[in-house]
Amino acid sequence: MPKVKVPRKSTSVDMTAMTDVAFLLLTFFMLATKFKPDEPVVVDTPSSISEIKLPESGIMQITIDKQGRVFFGITEQTTREAVLQRMAEKYKMKFSAEEIKEFSLQSTVGLPLSQLSSYLKIDAEARKAIQTSGVPTDSLNNELGDWIWQARLVNNDIRVAIKGDRDANMPTVKRVIAVLQEKKVNRFNFITSMEKAGE
Amino acid sequence: MAEIEAGGGGKHKGGKKRGKKMSTRVDFTPMVDLGFLLITFFMLTTSMNKPQTMEINMPVKDEKVEDASKVKASQAVTVLLAKDDKIVYYFIDPVTGEPQTPQITNFSAGGIRATLLKENKQRNPRLDSIPIYKDMLNKGSINEDQYKGYLSGIRGYKEALIVVIKASDKSRYNNLVDILDEMMICNIGRYAVVDITAPEVEMLKTVNLE
Repeated sequence: MPKVKVPRKSTSVDMTAMTDVAFLLLTFFMLATKFKPDEPVVVDTPSSISEIKLPESGIMQITIDKQGRVFFGITEQTTREAVLQRMAEKYKMKFSAEEIKEFSLQSTVGLPLSQLSSYLKIDAEARKAIQTSGVPTDSLNNELGDWIWQARLVNNDIRVAIKGDRDANMPTVKRVIAVLQEKKVNRFNFITSMEKAGE
Repeated sequence: MAEIEAGGGGKHKGGKKRGKKMSTRVDFTPMVDLGFLLITFFMLTTSMNKPQTMEINMPVKDEKVEDASKVKASQAVTVLLAKDDKIVYYFIDPVTGEPQTPQITNFSAGGIRATLLKENKQRNPRLDSIPIYKDMLNKGSINEDQYKGYLSGIRGYKEALIVVIKASDKSRYNNLVDILDEMMICNIGRYAVVDITAPEVEMLKTVNLE
């Protein structure tokens, strides 16, 4: 009786299809990705049932952290540059072209204008370690108000979003709202996160 | 995972000697590995979900204009955000015009929400039609915009409850967002965030929440 020969099959699988899928997904994610901007502070936003989405551009964002520090940011790089130039004019300060360039790469400002120049000279990596004091908001030195005003002069349609930490203290929040109202901003957004189920 | 060539490179019996036929197949496995590694990286760094926001309109501050739209005292409730996530609310007595005894509550479902729902329902009979409109929206007989129109019409009913929110300095930002959330949940169309006054701070002191 002749032996039944089992034909030896190759164990290799054709990987081409899998590669196709992998790279298709890869392309999708690469195109869809917008890198998270470097946030100067970690802010734990309160949750809400609101389902309005924040547009991605044309936003001026005021961040309030746990310690009551205030940060100011603008989404567009070009607006940022223009606003800094106007601020420099207003405060009679000079910024070099490199400093302006460096500033436009920063997502937020979190310190008084007088310290900005020296801050921008520091290496980008070293900057992260520095605890900044936040933008001054008090009525004698209301830089936040000027930032808001100049940003509105540059881009009239800019929207204001407040991103506050859950534990941000109320006097600071009230102060920021008062500054906004001084600058005739009566409509703004609170950035919140999705309401967790069962909360 | 090296390729195992089955039947490849067989011996030719006799005949012409040919050069060994090389397989044209390439092992794709490392490439797939790389592909998935990059996918993982991009998936983790990508921020797909846009942040959510709630919109708030503040009353326009204008010194010259006297508050023309005086509301009926019985229609308004003042909600004070106190420390430790507590809420103190009070109504104005319609007869004497004096604040009624302040009530202490909290942000739980049975707390301020229950009160606001109850009080709003008493004053706004049209609230009952919201589920009907919602049903119509789900069935597709009205569109989203129409639904929103009806909803804001119902919420802005003249006699409905008006909430005055006053945050004390001891409260947190979370409290403010939570109470604004409650406005939405309780279908309260008219509310305002206003500065706390000295008598109200005193009131908080009497209940030990200042």
